[in-house]
Amino acid sequence: MYKIEIENLTKYYGDKLVLDNVTLRVRNHEVVVLIGASGSGKSTLLRCVNDLVPFDSGSIKLDGVSIYDPDFEIKDLYKRIGIVFQSYNLFPHMTVLDNITLAPRKVHKVPKTESEEYAKELLALFGLEQFSESYPEQLSGGQQQRVAIVRAMANRPDVLLLDEVTAALDPELIGDVLKVIKDLKKRGMTMLIVTHEMGFARDVADRVCFLDGGKILEEAPPDKLFSSPENPRTKQFLQRIIEAGRL
Amino acid sequence: MKLKSSSPPAKAGRILKKRDKYGPAVISTASIIIVVLLLHAVITRSEQWPKIKAQFFDVHAMIDVFPKVLKGFGINMSVWIISLIVIAVWALILAIFRSLRGPWFTPLRVFAVVYIDLFRGLPSLLLVLLFGFGVPALQIPGLPRSSLFWGALAMITSYSAYAAEVYRSGIDAVHSGQGVAAKALGLSQVQSLFYCILPQAVRNVIPSLLNLAVALQKDVALLSVLGVRDAVREAQIYTARTFNYSSLMTAALLFLLATIPMARFTDYMTKKDRQRRLQDAG
Repeated sequence: MYKIEIENLTKYYGDKLVLDNVTLRVRNHEVVVLIGASGSGKSTLLRCVNDLVPFDSGSIKLDGVSIYDPDFEIKDLYKRIGIVFQSYNLFPHMTVLDNITLAPRKVHKVPKTESEEYAKELLALFGLEQFSESYPEQLSGGQQQRVAIVRAMANRPDVLLLDEVTAALDPELIGDVLKVIKDLKKRGMTMLIVTHEMGFARDVADRVCFLDGGKILEEAPPDKLFSSPENPRTKQFLQRIIEAGRL
Repeated sequence: MKLKSSSPPAKAGRILKKRDKYGPAVISTASIIIVVLLLHAVITRSEQWPKIKAQFFDVHAMIDVFPKVLKGFGINMSVWIISLIVIAVWALILAIFRSLRGPWFTPLRVFAVVYIDLFRGLPSLLLVLLFGFGVPALQIPGLPRSSLFWGALAMITSYSAYAAEVYRSGIDAVHSGQGVAAKALGLSQVQSLFYCILPQAVRNVIPSLLNLAVALQKDVALLSVLGVRDAVREAQIYTARTFNYSSLMTAALLFLLATIPMARFTDYMTKKDRQRRLQDAG
């Protein structure tokens, strides 16, 4: 049984084909990393999975049920799939604690004390407990991104989507965020990750997919994909990354 | 976010020559004095000046009419404050209507668009006349007949259209990622608006709204055309009785006394807002 089944997904932005017949299946507790150049469609694919972006044909199923199924409540979809963005997108006028408990309290009607207890538990887990009353702008980028991950976790999702979560961070802050993600993997979180951090991809992925021109060109375990890629485009992409000193 | 309230006294920096240190202050003071003296000379030497002085700047007349004009000015300011409160709320409702997406909200959105187009396109004076003379003439039972009420309602109607557009610009200026994040957390469109977008939008547009408040503060004098005995009307009544225009100067002074502090306050808030943005960007 797959957690997420993406089948023959096709998506246009206007005339431009961004996802071309993509099929991808993710098992429970599996971590799949999407790599590829900018514009290859990896972020769009991620955003299709939790219906932030509509797609044109194909299907996406969560636990065997299509996310477009009329009986699949949209609230339920957002509860079961959390997403973290490159630019954190924390709400600047709310404290860290309010950012985290907003959705549980207002959408899922969890009592305030209960949601705050769980939020503090999560914050403590990632070494952020001292910031619960701070505002986002008082934190560093790395701390903000970790809070954003906690916020996504506060709905107790089954799946976490991570969209280039380290791309906007200073290099020295990336490590803390990656540690949190590795920790989540240990706890069995199912994750679909878009990243440019190849070293991290190698560490955390159970499977790596290389996207190019809206297609998955190669799909393999990280050791295989990074050391002996088969597709010439994959080889070329990895070669450039090695030349840039990022692998 | 805390603004730095004070910084330690500067100890470094280029040492200025005496000329550079005092020159600008001396030159600007001198030029102001010269311009004022010149204007004074030109105006007071004109042939009609004694007449004008007696007609517009008669201190006795100004003091004589002061209590009545002040009482009228009280009406201006109460209309202003009540209108401000109503406009702040009504315009926000219009802006919310206008920014809601989806077929369910189409009637509200269309209503807001038509309302804003209509009332932004009509001169306030025309609206005051139409509301103030037109509606009471309909003699619909149950509706108030007071021209003060209808005049104020006309101002509220007109200014709300502008204020709604100011609010909307604030809503549009909130980063799109905020709405996406709220949606991804499961918040409905309305929840996202109330919890995430509006608090940021309103904070962003406070300086622009204050600017509108300053404009309204003097535009409330338009109600005088309906016969409402506000400051301008009282001054006109005095003028009609005595053929002396000094009463208008009394009214002018009272308006300036109210609008200048308000304008300064707006400047101060604008400056604070800019500092906040620079720090946020920083």
